[in-house]
Amino acid sequence: MIEVDVRLKLGSFSLDVAFANGAGVTALFGQSGSGKSLTLGIVAGLMKPDEGRVRLDGEALVDVARNVFVPVSRRRVGLVFQDSNLFPHLSVKQNLLYGRWFAPRGERRIDFDAVVETLGIGNLISRSPTRLSGGERQRVAIGRALLSCPRLLLLDEPLAALDMQRKLEILPLIERVRDEFDVPIVYVSHAVEEVARLASRVVVIDGGQVKFVGDPADAFNRLANSPAMNRFDRSSVLTGSIVEASAAYGLTKLTHPSGTIWIEGLAGQPGGVARVIVKATDVVLSRLPPREISARSVLWGRVANIQFEGPIATIEIELKEDGPLLATITRGALEDLSLKEGSHVYALFKTAALDERSIGVANA
Amino acid sequence: MQDYLPAAFFELSPAEWTAILLSLRIAIVATLVSLPFGIVTAYALARCQFPGKTLVNGVVHLPLVLPPVVTGFVLLMLLGRKGVFGPSLADIGIVFSFRWTGAAVACAVMGFPLMVRAIRLSFEAIDRRLDMASETLGANRIWTFLLVNLPLAAPGIIVGAILAFAKALGEFGATITFVSNIPGETQTISAAIYSYTQVPGGDESAMRLTIVAVIIAFSALTASEIIQWRAQKRLGRAE
Repeated sequence: MIEVDVRLKLGSFSLDVAFANGAGVTALFGQSGSGKSLTLGIVAGLMKPDEGRVRLDGEALVDVARNVFVPVSRRRVGLVFQDSNLFPHLSVKQNLLYGRWFAPRGERRIDFDAVVETLGIGNLISRSPTRLSGGERQRVAIGRALLSCPRLLLLDEPLAALDMQRKLEILPLIERVRDEFDVPIVYVSHAVEEVARLASRVVVIDGGQVKFVGDPADAFNRLANSPAMNRFDRSSVLTGSIVEASAAYGLTKLTHPSGTIWIEGLAGQPGGVARVIVKATDVVLSRLPPREISARSVLWGRVANIQFEGPIATIEIELKEDGPLLATITRGALEDLSLKEGSHVYALFKTAALDERSIGVANA
Repeated sequence: MQDYLPAAFFELSPAEWTAILLSLRIAIVATLVSLPFGIVTAYALARCQFPGKTLVNGVVHLPLVLPPVVTGFVLLMLLGRKGVFGPSLADIGIVFSFRWTGAAVACAVMGFPLMVRAIRLSFEAIDRRLDMASETLGANRIWTFLLVNLPLAAPGIIVGAILAFAKALGEFGATITFVSNIPGETQTISAAIYSYTQVPGGDESAMRLTIVAVIIAFSALTASEIIQWRAQKRLGRAE
């Protein structure tokens, strides 16, 4: 477990963050310039804080008051950068084995073949990193960090430099790494979908301060109303349980205390839990029970709050046993439906609008 | 050609051979011995912050801007028989004055700024994030230097060494001031050409040595181009 409590002043920017992680993925979420990468740099040992402590599994990595600063090379903290930074003069295999060679003999618990297989890089092994595509490079970089058998794996926006197709290719690989190798991960990102899909815990950082620590659904529902969020970024995280997969249509049905959600793909096993991220701009509201309409996911709830932004209204709909669902509609539509706080509405969204990044599945 | 030049034109006399072999020996020894120091100095200047960095940088580059004769005279004052360190070095059996080893020292000092500049540039061109990646993977700074910086700087190191070698072959002022012009001991190609131009009928010898000097220098430059091109191709930077 990593415990961070540090302060650092850099010019006019001041960082003051404290958080701890658990097993699985902890996300540091925030806009660029919020200090999340700086925090990661402090944990890795690339930056020294002015005050505070960093402890990993009870061992002090940094303790300014006691003048403790463990050098980067002795922390055994793996770091994957946005651009993979593979060694250009070494082959892919030599890159992968680089950190392993420095790991203490008794701690090389992560198996080379298992990593190569999980990341699907077997066919790249004898190539030069200069001849790989961006997505391939990033997979090798993750493998390289993993094979150093770190006590903690730090991923600094590992998908930010990739196009959508590559992102969709690598996200499930990170999920597999999370599930198959017993290494806690700290994941820095400003992408809502990535964080909601991967993380079990979110640390929201803004202006160098921790604003919120908790599970992703709470974090995003809370963030949704903050003025920092653009209306196209506003999303809600819904959690449903898997009922059945319909092989004929390639869809999976989820039940939610307030209705039904359909997601694309045959995800997970019945009884498992799935997380779905719904963009506020993708939600349609209806006063009457929807009939003969193509949108299949329908939830019923109560309007809890309405916020205006010029001609646009963002409506918070209270659901049973889950965070609120946000819907962005026009003020005109709002008045036609005569929606007020306390009104009950049906919220609909299209299964086709949920891309693969917005669906996370955990088996029961 | 043979109509105009005597058949024996390209037959080098024993004295000329002596000067050529001596030059090569001095240049090779000067380059190889100064190379480790050049690499360490270049790395320190490129990557480390330490007090007196500006001073070190200035001292390293001094031979480039000082008149060579001045550098030779300073060496004489420091390492000569009656110089500051000369007597104590002589006690442990190291004598530079009027020896080929002294010529090698003069050449090494004169070539040092060129060597350090080339190597420093190649260290500076390496992405620092590769150092960071190496360190997060468990390599300390020395391993990172050996496994990442040194191989990536190799083309620059080779260029620096060849520049220093070429400079050593051509060195004249500092060498002649420090260790004089003794045939067979300190008389390099440059000094020999100078001597031949001072005696009647020496022009032919001077011409032959000049051609040899051109051939050696040109081969060294070509070799450095080829080595650089290969290294860049290996790193995937060549077109």
